[in-house]
Formats: sequence, C-alpha cells, structure tokens
Amino acid sequence: MSALKIEPGSTSHSAYDLRAGYEARDERHTLAVIVDNEAGVLARVIGLFSGRGYNIESLTVAEVDHEGHRSRITIVTTGTPQIIEQIKAQLGRIVPVHEVHDLTVDGPSVERELALFKVAGTGDKRVEMLRLADVFRANVVDSTLESFIFEVVGTPQKIDAFADLVRPLGLAEMARTGVAALSRGSAAV
Amino acid sequence: MTDETKASDQHITGAQMVVRALRDQGVEVIFGYPGGAVLPIYDELFQQEGIRHVLVRHEQGAVHAAEGYARSTGRPGVALVTSGPGATNAVTGLTDALMDSIPIVVLTGQVPTFMIGSDAFQEADTVGITRPCTKHNWLVKEAETLSATIHEAFKVATSGRPGPTLVDIPKDVQFASAPYTGPDMVTPRHRIPRRETDPAMIEALVGEIERAERPILYTGGGVINSGPRASQLLRELAAETGFPVTSTLMGLGAYPASGEAWLGMLGMHGTVQANYAMHGCDLMVNVGARFDDRITGRVDAFSPGSVKAHVDVDPSSINKVIPTQIPLLGDVAEVLEKVLALWRQRGSKVNRDALAAWWRRIDEWRATDCLAFVQDGPVIKPQHALSRLEALTKGHDRYVCTEVGQHQMWAAQYMGFEAPMRWMTSGGLGTMGYGFPASIGVQMAHPDALVINVAGEASWLMNMQEMGTATQYRLPVKQFILNNERLGMVRQWQELLHGERYSQSWSEALPDFAKLAEAFGWLGITVDDPADLDDAIRAMIDHPGPVLLDCLVEKHENCFPMIPSGKAHNEMILPNAEAQGQITAQGAVLV
Ligand SMILES: Cc1cc2nc3c(=O)[nH]c(=O)nc-3n(C[C@H](O)[C@H](O)[C@H](O)COP(=O)(O)OP(=O)(O)OC[C@H]3O[C@@H](n4cnc5c(N)ncnc54)[C@H](O)[C@@H]3O)c2cc1C
Ligand SMILES: Cc1ncc(C[n+]2csc(CCOP(=O)(O)OP(=O)(O)O)c2C)c(N)n1
Repeated sequence: MSALKIEPGSTSHSAYDLRAGYEARDERHTLAVIVDNEAGVLARVIGLFSGRGYNIESLTVAEVDHEGHRSRITIVTTGTPQIIEQIKAQLGRIVPVHEVHDLTVDGPSVERELALFKVAGTGDKRVEMLRLADVFRANVVDSTLESFIFEVVGTPQKIDAFADLVRPLGLAEMARTGVAALSRGSAAV
Repeated sequence: MTDETKASDQHITGAQMVVRALRDQGVEVIFGYPGGAVLPIYDELFQQEGIRHVLVRHEQGAVHAAEGYARSTGRPGVALVTSGPGATNAVTGLTDALMDSIPIVVLTGQVPTFMIGSDAFQEADTVGITRPCTKHNWLVKEAETLSATIHEAFKVATSGRPGPTLVDIPKDVQFASAPYTGPDMVTPRHRIPRRETDPAMIEALVGEIERAERPILYTGGGVINSGPRASQLLRELAAETGFPVTSTLMGLGAYPASGEAWLGMLGMHGTVQANYAMHGCDLMVNVGARFDDRITGRVDAFSPGSVKAHVDVDPSSINKVIPTQIPLLGDVAEVLEKVLALWRQRGSKVNRDALAAWWRRIDEWRATDCLAFVQDGPVIKPQHALSRLEALTKGHDRYVCTEVGQHQMWAAQYMGFEAPMRWMTSGGLGTMGYGFPASIGVQMAHPDALVINVAGEASWLMNMQEMGTATQYRLPVKQFILNNERLGMVRQWQELLHGERYSQSWSEALPDFAKLAEAFGWLGITVDDPADLDDAIRAMIDHPGPVLLDCLVEKHENCFPMIPSGKAHNEMILPNAEAQGQITAQGAVLV
C-alpha cells in the first residue's frame, strides 16, 4: 500500500507543487531595457516572458541610438515583488541586453502611449465625438462624412477612458502603440 | 602565434576559420557527425592534425560527450553537427548543459544564406529552436564575422555562470573568404557582466559565522564550476570553522566524502543527517547551489529558523526560490577567499560550545544509519553492487558517470567522491541516455583513467548506439548496468504514489547485454550471484578495453531515504517505514 496516504482524487502530490503558503500581491512595473539592435533580440526577450510564464501588459521597441545599434524596449509587466526581481535578473542574463531599469522603483517617471481610434457615426453622435475629442485633446487625423480617426496621446488610463467613452458612439477600430516611458529629471539611464 | 592570430589581409575560407579558431581556443578534441551542410568544415578537418574528431553515432551523443569532456576537465567541450536533423538531435544535450551550467560550444551547419526561409533541404530554424536552450546563439551571415563570433561563443560559454552556446554557420559562409580574427583581436561586442561582491555582505556573513550555533554549509555545482581553487577554499573553511558540510547531487566531490564534516548528499534522496541539519540549522551558507526543488521540498517549510547566505555568480539564482538575508554575488572562489580572509583577520572565531552541541545532535541523526541495507539471499541488491564497486575502484584514478533513475541516486549515496570534476551526472534535466556518451567524452579527456558509467538498463538503451564509438576509438569505458528490468524510478513512484499500478514501467524484450557487447568487440559480463560480484567487478576493471557488466539486481528495491515531493525536510521516508503506513516526522528519526 502507499505509504503516503494520498487521498483519491488529490492532485497536490505532484513533484512540482511548490507553491508557498503565503500570498504576495501583484505589482505593476514599467521596465526600460536597452539592447543591441540585432536580429532575434526581441524574440529572446519575448521568449523569456512566455517561457517562464511572466506577464506582458505592453511592450514597445524601437532603435534609439542608430550609431551604437541600441534599441530600447519598454515593458509593462505585473507580478509579485519576487517575480519582478526575477524578471529583471533573467533579462540581465540575456547576452545582448545591456541595461535593465525599473522605472517604477527608480523614481518618478512619465508614461505615454499613442492610440488611433476609428469612430463611425452620423448626426448628434458626430458632434459628441468632436466634443469628447476636444476634452481629451485628441487630433482628428482623418475624416469622412461617416467617420473620424482620432489620435490620442496620454497615459494608458487616459486612452482606456477615451475608448470607453467613444465605444457607444460607434467605435469601429482601435490601434495602440504600447507604453513609452522615461524617468523624470535630468539624469539619463 | 601572434603573427598568425592577427587579422591580416590574407583571406581564408569560413571553413578554414572554424578550424583555426578552434585551434586558437586550445581545442584538442571535438565530437561530431557530418552532413551536407558541414562538408566544407569536415574537408578542412581532414587536412589537419591538431584537432581530433570523434565520430559519434548520434548527435545527442556528441553533445553529451562534449559535456562529459567539459565537466571532467574544466575546459569547454565542442560538438560539430550538420543542419536540420543534426541540429535538432543536439537540442536535448544543449538543454541538459543549460540546466547543469556546463560550458559547451556547438557548431551547426545551415543551408546557404540565400536559401534560408525557403524550406530548403535539411533546413531548420536552428537559432530559433535553440534560443531557449542556449546561453546565447548566433547565426553567422558573413564570413567576415565568423571567427570573431566563434571566439565570442567560447567566451560566453565559459564566463560567469557557464553554459552552452551555439554558432549556426550557413554553407556559403563556410566557402566564402575573409580575413581571420584571432581571439585577442576580438573586443566582445556583448557586455560580460562583472560582479562585485558587496563588502558589507562579506562582513555580515563573517559575523554570522562567528555567532552561529547550528551552522551548515550547503554546497553545489557552482563550487565545481568555479574550479579547483574553490574546492580547496571550501575545505579550508570547513576544516577551520568545524562546520558540517552537505552537497547537492551536482556538487559531489567539492568536499571529500571521507572528510570529517561530511554529512552526505541532501535533498529528496539525501541522508537523514543532511536534511535534518538543513531543517534545524540557524545559519545556512549556500555555496554555489540553486535551491532546487529536489532540495527545498515544500518551500514554506524549508529550514524555517535559519539565516540564509547565498553565494552565486548569477543574480537570477539569488532570491529565485528562497529569500536570502545575505546575498553574495560573485564567483565561489573569489567570495570564499574574501570571507576566509576577513574571518581569519578577526581571529577565526566560532561559537565552539554551541557547535559541539550541534555536532552531538547531528551524530544522533547519523546514528539512524539511513543508508544501511542488508544483503541477504541469492539476489544482488543494487546498494550492495555499488558498495562493492566503490570498494574495489576507490584507489583508482576514477571518473564516474551515471544515467538517470534509482541507480543514479544509489551511486550518489554509496560511492564517495574525494575530488571535484570526477562525477558526471544529469541533474537538472535528468536526461536518460546522458551517461554513456558522457563517459566517452570523459575517457577521451583522460585516456588512462578508469571511467565508469553507472547505468540502469532502460537509460542505457537510450544511447547504446555509442558502443561503436567506444570500439572505434579504443575507449576502455566501463558500463556498469544495474539491471532491474524495470524503469525503476518510475516504478517506485507508481508504487508509492499511484496505488501500485505499474503502467508501462518495466523493460520488456531486453537484449542479452553480454552478447550485445561482444557483437561490438567489447567484453560482456553477466553476473547475478552475490558471490560472483567481486570477481565480475575485478574482471571489468582489469580488462584493457570497453566492458559491459550486466549486473542483475533485485527488481523491486526502492531508493530511500526519500522526501516525498512537496513535503518538508523532516518528513522523510526511510527504508523500513513503508510498512508503517502513516509516517510521522518523529517516527522517521527514530527508525
Ligand atoms: C532522479 C533525480 C533525483 C534527484 N534527486 C536529488 C537529490 O536528492 N538531491 C540533490 O541534491 N539533487 C537531486 N537531483 C538533482 C537536482 O535536480 C538538481 O540538478 C541539483 O540539486 C542542482 O544542484 P545545484 O543546486 O548544486 O545547482 P547547479 O545546477 O549545479 O547550479 C549551480 C549554481 O551555482 C551557480 N554558479 C555557477 N558557477 C558559479 C561560480 N563560478 N561561482 C558561483 N556560483 C556559480 C549557478 O548560477 C547556479 O545557481 C536529482 C536529479 C534527478 C534526475
Ligand atoms: C529521456 C527521459 N525520458 C524519461 C525520463 C523519466 N524517467 C526518469 S527515471 C526513469 C527510469 C529509468 O530506468 P533505468 O534507466 O532502468 O534506471 P533505474 O531507475 O531502474 O535505476 C524514467 C523513465 C527521463 N528522466 N528521461
């Protein structure tokens, strides 16, 4: 007979069930990762997140130093403090990663995202759209008799709020860039 | 040499660069298997003498052989394989090396650059497939960057926390010409992080060493990775402080098994004294180990009352599983050097009285004699077979490899390792089929040594094709098979955790191993009588060529002690506890 007295139907006897008894809270962190702009570097970063089961809320990447072949990846992620520390340490192991900055703990920072909204509608709804655009300081970048495309720049929360407001007015399509972020003040990362 | 290694206007082909770069890296042996996409490199190997090529029988074998070579020498192992299936066959070995921090460089052929992406013959996205199982990998698209990339691959594989790297070389790049770049000409494009240990943490650890009442040194593979100096310093630290020492599977040999402070291996199949001391300690000094789940068991019940210090080169190992109060980022040898220097300078103080009391408790745990077994009856017990192997081979210049399963754990428990780099086993990935090719790699590096692979019959069959390799290169490897006609470790779990339903866990239709050995020109020995065991082992040692010893052992032996997964260190099962049904922590100590 089994010496372990495991109850029928129990699944908690796997070798891999190592969850600690205490629960830690998830936090949202924005990371700036400076990488060599070379083939496959984004795949390495994304593969790390998917392979280890980390969350990505938003990820943006573009070359920021043409001469030095450097790109900046901005990642918004969530996890317990221990997981966030792991994510940073694991990013640091990737050979073409040069720097990992946690903008959430390094001090105050600014975050901006750009979004385009195609909203279709006529009559009063068009008037309401333009009124909202004014409140959100959105630009009209395309218009037809039945639709507008608005460009909104702001924090992810502001963009969420705009989306919620224009949805009932006929939101047809939306595209978001993901977050770009910098620490405040004169110091550079 | 310097003239030769300088970049010059003189152009050589990519294939020539590969051979020259390997030579400049001091490579003497490579393990490989040819194919269309690496023919230019094989052509160059044919026309030179400095590098020996070992033709394996399967690419997985090449990578494990390179691992065995690396682990037993401290130098990077090298494998060369073709594109497509050659590269995909290397994946298990790469993952194994990544998990166990083994420095190897794998060179793969690739279809020509202009055919990449066209589903060409034997094309596979090798860098894509191997990205998660290498420390870093490169697809080289121009001959101009090839030699520098190979040098960088060696650098990355061997620096910091070691691991596997891979360079994928399209066939047209092997034919193209460019100037050669020598190792000293290469400025690493990538940052090799420099780790400075926080002096405040060194001081904190020294303070804890002086104060500790119930300390333990928990050592791991990082001590081996760090090199012989690290083992030396560990021995000094243990001798001068009088602290007990335990080790993970990967660290065996860093501290000698005959040493006074040795408690045996810890973890799932570790000794009572090691696991109880880990559980009850007030200072745990982790030296180059990574709090693996085979060690911690239930993390929230892991050594609840101790201050934990952790020496590791890799920041991601620190606080990954177990929070550490004293993180010591750095190479084991460098950190131990600093700790010892400061501790000695402050008068080499320890809490003698408390330490003596601690040792008395440890000796009580030791007295449970948890590895005791009785060899009676007509059937060989696997523990007995390994005890005899240990006794009869101890004085030799010996290297031991293993496959994966019960036999691996018994080898760790019943064989003693006196020096680092003498024990080759697949710990992190647990790769059945690792041991035999690894023993070939070890024997290539140490032609005159006694190289033994302790195997289970099922694991051994996974890479048995390498028999031809051993014959061809006259490698006198000794394959010591503990044949229980079962996938023993699986069977054990099914007995203990799955209501004794032995689903697919026996070895059916086994070959006559001795005859199989003879078919390859080896000596084959079968032994099933305990009375004949010593003679069989002696015959194995004395034979100048490769030997397969098929040792028929007890089929249903379980490997104990065992901490059932997800249990705490003080909830071990001991050999005769099985019959008791419910095991209490206290009961376990008393058996
Ligand atoms: C069937 C089976 C059963 C097992 N049972 C057990 C068991 O009972 N007990 C057991 O111990 N293991 C067991 N293992 C092995 C286990 O799975 C792990 O592989 C092993 O415990 C890990 O050893 P380690 O912590 O020493 O880490 P390693 O994998 O050797 O890692 C080394 C650590 O040291 C660091 N490091 C590397 N180089 C340096 C350096 N120069 N300086 C400083 N730090 C460095 C690395 O960053 C890493 O964190 C078993 C495996 C199998 C297959
Ligand atoms: C490649 C691979 N497949 C499956 C496993 C799972 N597994 C672990 S131990 C084991 C049985 C090993 O049997 P054997 O080699 O005969 O050794 P024993 O346990 O009997 O000593 C298996 C199937 C593994 N570790 N590796």
